[in-house]
Amino acid sequence: MSGAQQTGRAIRLEGVTRRWGETTALEQISVEAIAGKFTALLGPSGCGKSTLLRIVAGLEEASEGRVLIGDEDVTARSADKRDLSMVFQSYALFPHLSVAENIVFGLKTRRVGRDERHARLAQVAELLGLTPYLDRKPSQLSGGQQQRVALGRAVISQRPVCLMDEPLSNLDAKLRHAMRTELRALQRKLGFTMLYVTHDQVEAITMADQVVLMNAGRIEQVASPHDLYERPATVFAARFIGTPPMNILPASALGEIGARIEAAAGRRLRFGIRPEALYPDPQGALEMRLTGGEYLGADALVQGTLGGAEALMRVPGQALAPTGSVLRLGLGAHDLHLFDADTGKRFELPQLASLTTRLDTPAGRPGVTTPLSNWKDL
Amino acid sequence: MLKREWIYGWLLILPALSLIFLFTHFPAAMTLINSVFSTPRGGKDAHFVGLANYERLIHDPVFWKVLVNNLWYALGTIPVSIALALLMALLVNRPFKGRALARMAFFTPTILPLIAVANIWLFFYTPGFGLIDQILGFFGFGQTNLLGTPSSALPAIMVVAIWKEAGFFMIFYLAALQSIPLQLAEAARIEGAGRWTIFRRITFPLLMPTTLFVSINAVINAFRLVDHIFILTGGGPGNASSLLLYYIYETSFRFWDTAYGATLTVVLLSLLCLLAVGQFFLFDRKVHYK
Ligand SMILES: Nc1ncnc2c1ncn2[C@@H]1O[C@H](COP(=O)(O)OP(=O)(O)OP(=O)(O)O)[C@@H](O)[C@H]1O
Ligand SMILES: [Mg+2]
Repeated sequence: MSGAQQTGRAIRLEGVTRRWGETTALEQISVEAIAGKFTALLGPSGCGKSTLLRIVAGLEEASEGRVLIGDEDVTARSADKRDLSMVFQSYALFPHLSVAENIVFGLKTRRVGRDERHARLAQVAELLGLTPYLDRKPSQLSGGQQQRVALGRAVISQRPVCLMDEPLSNLDAKLRHAMRTELRALQRKLGFTMLYVTHDQVEAITMADQVVLMNAGRIEQVASPHDLYERPATVFAARFIGTPPMNILPASALGEIGARIEAAAGRRLRFGIRPEALYPDPQGALEMRLTGGEYLGADALVQGTLGGAEALMRVPGQALAPTGSVLRLGLGAHDLHLFDADTGKRFELPQLASLTTRLDTPAGRPGVTTPLSNWKDL
Repeated sequence: MLKREWIYGWLLILPALSLIFLFTHFPAAMTLINSVFSTPRGGKDAHFVGLANYERLIHDPVFWKVLVNNLWYALGTIPVSIALALLMALLVNRPFKGRALARMAFFTPTILPLIAVANIWLFFYTPGFGLIDQILGFFGFGQTNLLGTPSSALPAIMVVAIWKEAGFFMIFYLAALQSIPLQLAEAARIEGAGRWTIFRRITFPLLMPTTLFVSINAVINAFRLVDHIFILTGGGPGNASSLLLYYIYETSFRFWDTAYGATLTVVLLSLLCLLAVGQFFLFDRKVHYK
């Protein structure tokens, strides 16, 4: 938009805890949303994402800990003085005001002059394609249009920080896809810091620069979408990202190699293998007994057992083998994820590659590098 | 076939329809007819007098007195009781300890019959022994006679009405407040609005339908509720606290001048219709219906 645009400010949380009586919704959350970047708060329902966002907004108080926005401690500051904008899941449009009045609401309360208001309204309406609807009431708009009005209200004031709580969850799949792209482009263009709550991994992975993965009030992992997929920090992260979820197998599933790796690590391990990392290979070290399959069109999902443990494999559709047959499988060394069996935390074993030579075929198919290439629901 | 259904439909609403005609439309029509006849007295039957009753009304100083009284009464009680109701609703809408108790306390005057309310206030107002005089006496003021003084009798009556009505209207505001999504206020706060701005630009406009409903009720009540006058002043002193409906009662059932009573009633009904219609048009443009 205009040159008046401030660049984003970082949001830093230090030891934020939130309790309601006995229940602890957030436990010692410390994390930073980088200035000018898109940070997604991802996690299953009820893990505390909304609570965290509301604490940043000042709509909820933290029981403990500090909230900093661009180096300023705002923990004690009320919501109207935090200089941020927010888009609610329900949009929270004012039903008695027209679209135009909804959008400029914040400019009016902050006493921005009339001419400036009109100029900015025109700009934002143009940007979001709302120009024809400015005189309508929110109830006369479709869900997608309402969503854009909520967006317009958030971006018109050009605040350095924008918070969004599942803003796309009320839209149909097609519109959601379009809005994902639009939102991402808008954030890049305006350069504000985005903190975006979602429980949809696809949304987080496709939009964010940085993903904060939460589970039961704690942070599981903070990483780029790429790292989150490639190097999940915990079993939870490994299973939460990717569809179908990663196979988590005991050492026995990998037979002799599994035992060797556990011996080298000196602890009990769990082995993570993505369904898309396995592939049929006559010389492979793994043996899978097929128990079923699901034909998906472009490819197929094969169910089977590896050394007695249930596992899934994703293969090109035409290669679907009959149930009951035994298939030899290959696996790239860097597609094998190790997790401590007791803590569930990722375990790095430097000599892993040499221990798994027999897993790899000489040709050595490269590991799956891009998390997006074979995602069905994109 | 279509015709049979049509008859069937009329038959279904016939009981309700006949009750409405019998108890609402018929009396109203009779009132109108009575107002152009004379009052039957002694051996003389009622006979048609045209607009003579209305002419008498125009020259009746008591009529004008009670009409002006009633206008002051309406002007004094309606805005105050509505404002008070809104204030109380806002107060007890937010969480605090003993909220249920406060809500009940505000609502109690409403569940009491107006006669009982008047008795309570009679105890407040009684010269010498009443609560007000006892408190004033404690601070060294002399005795008052609020109900017996022409200048203060009507205001004293108005206070009782406000006390009774505000709690009733509060219930409607409270229900309406609770139907406004919390997120609207939150969104407004994020956009930099303080408490007063949120009230002025969000809450109050969204309460407009309730305000319309409540104010129509308040207007009707201002002309309809006169029970407390029987207990407190009997319209006195010198009609200082008499209202239109009370005057109608006196004319019709104390002096048994039924024709003139009917004439006064017609005036009251037309006044109420006019006010209700006017209010709809006045508010219509400012009211947001979902
Ligand atoms: N006002 C409250 N009182 C008590 N517990 C609450 C309150 N608000 C939230 N919680 C609890 O805090 C936890 C986190 O809630 P929160 O709304 O932050 O979840 P979420 O991650 O946003 O979930 P979703 O994806 O379903 O929106 C939940 O277990 C919830 O029950
Ligand atoms: Mg939520």
